[in-house]
Amino acid sequence: MPEPAARSVSAPSLAARGRPADPGRSGRSRIVLPRADGRTIAAIFAGGALGTLARAALAEAFPHSATTWPWPTFGVNIVAAFLLGYFVTRLTERLPLSSYRRPLLGTGICGGLSTFSTMQVEILKMISAGAWGLAVGYAAASIAAGYAAIHLATALVRRVRVRR
Amino acid sequence: MSVFVWVAVVLIGGAGSVLRFYVDGLVSSASGRGFPYGTLAVNLSGATILGLLTGLALAGDAALLAGTAAVGSYTTFSTWMLETQRLTEERQYRKAALNIVVSLVLGVAAAALGRLIGAHL
Repeated sequence: MPEPAARSVSAPSLAARGRPADPGRSGRSRIVLPRADGRTIAAIFAGGALGTLARAALAEAFPHSATTWPWPTFGVNIVAAFLLGYFVTRLTERLPLSSYRRPLLGTGICGGLSTFSTMQVEILKMISAGAWGLAVGYAAASIAAGYAAIHLATALVRRVRVRR
Repeated sequence: MSVFVWVAVVLIGGAGSVLRFYVDGLVSSASGRGFPYGTLAVNLSGATILGLLTGLALAGDAALLAGTAAVGSYTTFSTWMLETQRLTEERQYRKAALNIVVSLVLGVAAAALGRLIGAHL
């Protein structure tokens, strides 16, 4: 598949449409929609669809009660964290700039595969059921393993020397 | 469960991810890049809505489509962890710890609030 020449190919940024240019103000205080062409949005959509399908299939295949360890959510979150650490480090530090790889692999697949809201509701249900130990253990293990996964994936990518 | 439900899961999952991209970008552009407010806003709003759906006691296909597919794809655990890890790499330990604690505490609180509202609708 050929690489597009630049990040913003031909479509004008969404923020620019119907709004006068305002170069005097700094980017910090200005609320703008992110620049995104059709290819970027399609990549996010496709990746998100794939990640969500995998997560939903696992959730449906392995149902669990409120007071047991939520393996499907825990599993997808840690795997997605590892993949995101790998993809983002490789794409920003090792590979030439590409306009659709990060939207597809990072924002799409990893974002769709992992979930924050389900984890929070699972913790809430554990607390409501009086399973405080499980709630604290699940939250702590998710954060520790998720952080470690990012760290490990990042270190693995950086160990490989850049070829010139 | 029909194949249509799974086609819907795929389409809704794609749409939820695109929505996350826009909300994250919108909030990040307003707040600056010093702290990952974009992901925080996405995750807290998503936790509130999933709490609301839990309060409404959705089951079966409705729970799968609205909860697992829509809200599940909209929120993200992996980006939350990536941004926290990158903050510690930049030796911004206070911000990294704050990102963990605030997301977790407000996330559970948001889910509880949503569930409370949903139970009274």
